[in-house]
Amino acid sequence: MKIGVLVFPGSNCDHDCQHVFADILGQQVDMIWHKQTSVSGHDAIIVPGGFSYGDYLRTGAIARFSPVMNAVKEFAQNGGLVMGICNGFQILLEAGLLPGAMLRNRSLHFVCKDVHVRVENAATPFTGGCSPGQVLKIPIAHAEGNYYTDPVTLAALQANAQVVFRYCTPEGKVTAEANPNGSLDNIAGIRNAEGNVVGMMPHPERSAEELLGNADGRLIFTSMLESLKKRPLSMVGAG
Amino acid sequence: MKAKIHVTLKQGILDPQGKAIEHALDSLGFKNAANVRVGKYMELEVNEADKAKAEAQVKSMCEKLLANTIIEEYRYELQ
Repeated sequence: MKIGVLVFPGSNCDHDCQHVFADILGQQVDMIWHKQTSVSGHDAIIVPGGFSYGDYLRTGAIARFSPVMNAVKEFAQNGGLVMGICNGFQILLEAGLLPGAMLRNRSLHFVCKDVHVRVENAATPFTGGCSPGQVLKIPIAHAEGNYYTDPVTLAALQANAQVVFRYCTPEGKVTAEANPNGSLDNIAGIRNAEGNVVGMMPHPERSAEELLGNADGRLIFTSMLESLKKRPLSMVGAG
Repeated sequence: MKAKIHVTLKQGILDPQGKAIEHALDSLGFKNAANVRVGKYMELEVNEADKAKAEAQVKSMCEKLLANTIIEEYRYELQ
């Protein structure tokens, strides 16, 4: 598979994503500078974490206007797999590819620690290798991960199984104490209605190999590759 | 024409910064301070003499970039 990893000024998890796909999973990876106007020829696009444009104005607010984002929108509209991690999730929200917005963490602190998330929907291209309700330990590192949306959109997310991950205890219980940032409904990750775009605050690329003591995050990436293998040929390289 | 723009979190949306400041004011003895809301203030020049046209542009700027209307509201003055 050919994976494209976007690079904005201030991205800092781009090379971690490249490492996971290229060195651990043996895939071809292209780093795509934000000024490029096409992402065609790729099977999936990763919008990585970091501090694009220094988080000026709002997280992700400037990056969404980078030329490459028009290409990513087109890629997503054609059914291409797009995954946003942390700042990448924030960018997808600002770009309108996913619903909602991020507020400052309830604690006001930048929170950097391992958390547990429960797989609420194991039937997405990003979680197909997980079992429903499986608990994954994945680190978070953010100051604006307090997911918010209006009640109507929240109800639609819940009704359409668009909530993909919820913060939970190690045993898989979704509790207020297990919520690290005040996120609405303990939401850690969501997908779009079509199911081909996902955003998550935890960093699976930081927990994708045993050498680092935790390989739970690798399931997300192997799920993506498995789902891409099953796609009809016409979908490959969409957009 | 100069635009002065204020962007704040909508009423009803938790403002953790505002809450922290409110607690700090309280511990300083300002017991009457309540409902602290933190926002952003921006100034910009619009190269447009017609006030209605300038206003339309500033409104569009707010809607498209300066505010995230899911969580924020904005107001502006033109001089």
